[in-house]
Amino acid sequence: MPIEAVEQPGAVQSPLALKAEVRDLSFYYGDFQGLKNLSLPIYEGRVTALIGPSGCGKSTLLRCFNRIHDLYPGNRYEGSITLHPERIDILDRAIDPMDIRMRIGMVFQKPSPFPTTVFENVAYGLRLRGLRSRALLSERVEQALHAAALWDEVKDRLTQDASNLSGGQQQRLCIARALATDPELLLFDEPTSALDPIATASIEELVDDLKKRVSILIVTHNMQQAARCSDYTAFMYLGELVEFGPTEQIFLKPSKKQTEDYITGRFG
Amino acid sequence: MAAGEHTIKQYDQELESLRGRTLQMGGLVERQLRMAIDCFEHADLRKADEVVEADEKVDAEEIELARLILNLIVRRQPAANDLRLIMGVSRAVTDLERIGDEATKIARAARWVHEKDVVVRTPRIRDIRVSGEVALSMLRGALDAFARLDPVAAAEIIREDKGVDEQFRLILRQLITFMMEDPRTITGSLDTVWVAKAIERIGDHSKNIASDVIFIAQGEDVRHASLEEVARAVSQTN
Repeated sequence: MPIEAVEQPGAVQSPLALKAEVRDLSFYYGDFQGLKNLSLPIYEGRVTALIGPSGCGKSTLLRCFNRIHDLYPGNRYEGSITLHPERIDILDRAIDPMDIRMRIGMVFQKPSPFPTTVFENVAYGLRLRGLRSRALLSERVEQALHAAALWDEVKDRLTQDASNLSGGQQQRLCIARALATDPELLLFDEPTSALDPIATASIEELVDDLKKRVSILIVTHNMQQAARCSDYTAFMYLGELVEFGPTEQIFLKPSKKQTEDYITGRFG
Repeated sequence: MAAGEHTIKQYDQELESLRGRTLQMGGLVERQLRMAIDCFEHADLRKADEVVEADEKVDAEEIELARLILNLIVRRQPAANDLRLIMGVSRAVTDLERIGDEATKIARAARWVHEKDVVVRTPRIRDIRVSGEVALSMLRGALDAFARLDPVAAAEIIREDKGVDEQFRLILRQLITFMMEDPRTITGSLDTVWVAKAIERIGDHSKNIASDVIFIAQGEDVRHASLEEVARAVSQTN
């Protein structure tokens, strides 16, 4: 059985479409089990936050979504992550991780622009997809930069090196890069932990804007950020999913004591 | 409420101090109300002054608690049970302050009734005493439920409010009869109506505080809920 979000009694419920569904997922780094049999829905057009103390497995879970773990030997998955609507299993070895990464973009903790121009950073994924037309590339790059709320700041600097941008701009550039291939799901791994409050606010605003076109899964250490940005929150501890539900409920009245202790800062 | 200690000890102390001061303010208001009821019954005008003076202290407590609450929100960004406690206290403090105001009204009315030397009839006063005692016990019960964060005790207080409302209607009916029989009682009766109304309002405020306790303990907002809904909210196990 998939874990269903526990809605507040009496709350108006609209049936939410699934973008992805984690089912009975376990993950092993060699002998160490990083994720323990967890199930979780990712709803379409919603922001889902993963919270939990360091080492709880939230980043491990996030990375399963675009198969980054494949890069290291000895890593092993059990269970499935189904991508909707076709219901393909992301973890299926027969599926090329590159195809997955076109549909599921990722933004990392530290802004990680490629050592090239602003334009080429965003065009990279498109070129990888075989897009050659200069006009079409320009159009798609501009669209992605608009979507990442960066266009006005860089439109005259497209040929400059991306490392000249500020930290916040670099992070938005990475978001534009991820958006260029028109992904269905965006993964954020602590996207603002290296940014100042203003740059953080602009990323959070962007997240809110982006969820209209792409489902978002975000790992954050900052609980207030999870409370501000997400529609659903999953609390993880020691590789297990302790509780999943609407963010408001998790932050006002979690049903598990462990969640409450963590949310309120009573974690021993 | 199952609440271990925060990683930040200072936060625990602040929350504890918030609870303590709320109870302290509750104690002040309870004493103020008792004095108000006494002074109305015994025409003790000196006590009436004391009630009015006590209200200044209660008002100052309200301001201080509001400051503590703001401070906690700004500095700690409370969540879950801590957030519910802070929100609940914030509402309860408002109700406590209003109870203080109602007690002051009773004391002022006592002054008028006795200074004007209007006709005072014993049965009417006795009824005021009875309903005043019920309101007082509701306030005490609500504070007690708050101290223990006991939703079951709080639900009991909410049920009791019906009795106070009933008492008010009874007193009103009696006073109308008096006034019809003897117009000389009208002035005194009207003053007594204000007192009865103040007591009825105190019952409502105590009921609100009990609702706040249920909110803190159970996370359910039962302010406008039926008694059945209150019972359901309380029976939910956390």
